[in-house]
Amino acid sequence: MKRQNKLSSKILMWVLALFFYAPIIYAIVFSFNEGKSLTNFTGFSFQWYGKMFRDREMKEAVFYTIVIAALATVLSTLFGTVAAIGLSKSNKGLKFAVEQINNLPIMNPDIVTAIGLLVLFATLHFKNGFGTMLLAHVMFCTPYVILSVMPRLRGLDPNLAEAAMDLGATPLYALWKVVIPQIMPGIISGALTAFTMSFDDFVISFFVQGNGVSNISIIVYTMSKRVNPSINALATLVTVIISVFLLLANIVPSKIGKKKNLALPA
Amino acid sequence: MKHYKKMVYPYVAWISVMVVAPMLLIMFYAFTKDGNAVLDFVFTLENFKKFFSDTIFISVLGRSLKIAVITTVICLAVGYPAGYFISKCADGVKMKWILLITFPTWINMMVRTYAWRGILQDDGIINKFFGLFGLGPVPMLNTGFAVVLGMVYNFLPFMIIQIYTSLAKLDTSLLEAAADLGANKTKSFLRITLPLSIPGVLSGITLVFLPAVSSFYIPEMLGGGRYYMIGNLIETQFLTTENWNFGSAVSLIMVIIIIVSMYFTGKADKTEIMEQRGN
Repeated sequence: MKRQNKLSSKILMWVLALFFYAPIIYAIVFSFNEGKSLTNFTGFSFQWYGKMFRDREMKEAVFYTIVIAALATVLSTLFGTVAAIGLSKSNKGLKFAVEQINNLPIMNPDIVTAIGLLVLFATLHFKNGFGTMLLAHVMFCTPYVILSVMPRLRGLDPNLAEAAMDLGATPLYALWKVVIPQIMPGIISGALTAFTMSFDDFVISFFVQGNGVSNISIIVYTMSKRVNPSINALATLVTVIISVFLLLANIVPSKIGKKKNLALPA
Repeated sequence: MKHYKKMVYPYVAWISVMVVAPMLLIMFYAFTKDGNAVLDFVFTLENFKKFFSDTIFISVLGRSLKIAVITTVICLAVGYPAGYFISKCADGVKMKWILLITFPTWINMMVRTYAWRGILQDDGIINKFFGLFGLGPVPMLNTGFAVVLGMVYNFLPFMIIQIYTSLAKLDTSLLEAAADLGANKTKSFLRITLPLSIPGVLSGITLVFLPAVSSFYIPEMLGGGRYYMIGNLIETQFLTTENWNFGSAVSLIMVIIIIVSMYFTGKADKTEIMEQRGN
């Protein structure tokens, strides 16, 4: 009986693995298809990769996705870290209010955040484009940075910064030399989260896009109405980029700080 | 350390504009008539009346709830045994399974959802398989089945991870104690494991139900536009017909439904999945 149970759950797990990976493998396989079909593999070719790299819209989408993800990561990590440090020293009332509002973009359905920003930008007479997209990404990435830095600050001994200042360090120097190094793991994991949230975003970007600025998700969504195997090439490219990113994210911090894996569960 | 207090002020200003103001604007639009002249607004409940007096909108709402509930039930039915299985594995194996399940969630959702279009087609790989037995083709793409499948595909990892996390925290000495006192496996599962995993189940339900009920690109991409859900209705109001007042009212109705359902399932948030993904 027990063995049978074990066997059936093993089967369930492998079926699940197949279910989760089938579309990814399918996209990769068909990105090398010679024909245009998404269902019949007729022969091996790189032509869809060629098409992808010649397609201006796709190239621009990849470019904007990476540039916006990089900028949003840097800005939200800086902003979120500074805010979290300030927040940890704020009085209870302000702290509670900011934490609650900070949770709103995380709890709200993406579409509600998206229309909120759309309406906001229209009210402020901002023209949708690169700027609005970047503002939106910083807006939804920063709360995750704050959430990953806050627990680190809570575990921090406040006397250490005080001691540094007693010994003559300026507040800024104490911050840089004493506080920041101790909360670094939180900052790094916040940055990783911010990057992947920005890189993968569809709903919010879709509502604040404009002026020819889009991203990979938007391009896939709008192009999927017609049969276009270049999308599979793009999907393969995205899979490779994210895999490399995850690999680096796991190797680099462990090389620097000898910390345990940050990006993937250890 | 008082020196650092001021560092939060720029963020307070930022969230006032970027988070609070948009929410207030949505409420403002929902309770006013068309035209976006802020100065001469008239309070009205017409947008809400419009929604509840039209059977088309009610059926859109009904369909969204139905698809979200079906998705949640399937995720729970599959996710519970999966999370349970992982929690019972040896430590090293555990990690491998978690990695295997969370890795796809890192890859762009849109890209992964798109790939199902090829798989589900009439001459796709599943129907080819059916064809070997002389069956089919069974139409799958652009059906409710495809929409639910796409949602289960996208949101099931959240459920598995939530349930796994709550089961992993479970103190195994409780199970040993139950066994010592003569409880059989079924009894100790029903009396100990199941009740203690309820918080994980509830946050899993929230993490699946919330994105499912508000999704608009999965029904669009896999349902071929025939499965018009409340997210699609909101999208159309904002991006096509540009009736922001009605669109805002619909999104408020959706938020209220979500808040009500969260009241029943308790608080849970996406931060837990981020933690599990190791962040």
